[in-house]
Amino acid sequence: MAEPGSNRAPETGAFFQRDRQWHPAAFTPNYKSSVLRSPQKALLSFDNTLSELTGPVFGHAMLGELDNDLIHNFAKAGESAIGERIIVHGRVLDERGKGVPGALLEFWQANAGGRYRHKKDGYLAPLDPNFGGCGRAITGEDGGYAFRTVRPGPYPWPNGPNDWRPAHIHFSVFGHGFAQRLITQMYFEGDPLIWRCPIVGGISNKAAVEALIAGLDMQSTIPMDALAYKFDIVLRGRRSTLFENRPEGN
Amino acid sequence: MAQSLDRLKESPSQTAGPYVHIGLTPNFCGIGGVYQSDLGSTMVNSETKGERIELRIRVLDGTDTPLKDALIEIWQADADGLYNSPAELRGAADPNFQGWGRQPTDMETGVCRFHTIKPGRVPFRDGRLMAPHITLWIVARGINVGLHTRLYFSDEEKANAEDPILARIEHRLRVPTLIAERQVDAYVFDVHLQGEKETVFFDS
Repeated sequence: MAEPGSNRAPETGAFFQRDRQWHPAAFTPNYKSSVLRSPQKALLSFDNTLSELTGPVFGHAMLGELDNDLIHNFAKAGESAIGERIIVHGRVLDERGKGVPGALLEFWQANAGGRYRHKKDGYLAPLDPNFGGCGRAITGEDGGYAFRTVRPGPYPWPNGPNDWRPAHIHFSVFGHGFAQRLITQMYFEGDPLIWRCPIVGGISNKAAVEALIAGLDMQSTIPMDALAYKFDIVLRGRRSTLFENRPEGN
Repeated sequence: MAQSLDRLKESPSQTAGPYVHIGLTPNFCGIGGVYQSDLGSTMVNSETKGERIELRIRVLDGTDTPLKDALIEIWQADADGLYNSPAELRGAADPNFQGWGRQPTDMETGVCRFHTIKPGRVPFRDGRLMAPHITLWIVARGINVGLHTRLYFSDEEKANAEDPILARIEHRLRVPTLIAERQVDAYVFDVHLQGEKETVFFDS
């Protein structure tokens, strides 16, 4: 099946192996929830089959006008969410540096006070009646995306006796193959809580943590309106099939 | 020094956390009016080809307690074994079946239900047919990197016996961890995150 509205030949090469040393380990005991939820046996490794190489396609037609505007997509008419107005933008790339078009991004976050609109969140910071906390976008031809929101607040959480999450936005990303499926979190440049967080601390490589920190992007701010942060996301790259399409037995 | 390979590193994964529903199933957790419906909540319509099946999946932690805050996505071929994806070069899949679904585990029981169809067989890299299977991807608080595995079917004994992925599992007593049991009205599948019955998870 050709991609709707595109003349690109679909790529079908296997994805680069995941670098499991770069990702957090499954068992990170300083993040207590991982202790009983982390697989302990070796993973079964195999080169991608069609089941991993393929993946669902999401068309721009499914998006509503305010899907990428968290300041307004839950607000009453004429009102808007409270907080520091920001634009988050960037590109979805693969490990070869190629933009990934048509990638569905879904994001969710706490409000400006650090409170989630969820019955399990009992933090004493108030809910904002005009803020739901979810949004989505699909990348353009160059892999670019953008959305508008308020900067989420940091918040305390039950783990150690006094642990605080740095301000963050959750991202869920679909690439072109289901093997590229990824969920991660974006942090904000300069936040001192990043380096104290037990969830971030599950990543052992400093450069890997830094890959999740969005930089303040003054060039993209809107004067007298919103600050901007730039956050690029990298999905697994894939091999060329040039030398792989050999007949059976050769 | 050689030339740089000029590669980027994949963005590191971070847990989906306890509030994953806000982003991925907002209507389920009471955030209405932003999206018409939760993405992936309906997989089958009246025109979809294939045998209707229900999957009842639980995810159990190291104490055998079901997770009540997890989210599962499934990805599968249509009834003829074709994926509805641009990378599917063998033919056009059923236009009435996207093949992708997403459901949260129930907040009281931990049971996650999918209404879908039984997939056809898909070829392995060398052309041999794999047994009918559904790819699972599981995220939750406490899971740092989304877990990838497969669900196979207990009533496909012959196909399962010749499946090239199941054949790679060295410890044969772990093979049943990937096989959903056919009951009267549904296939039932428990994913064990730890312990003797730990599910075989994939790195592919």
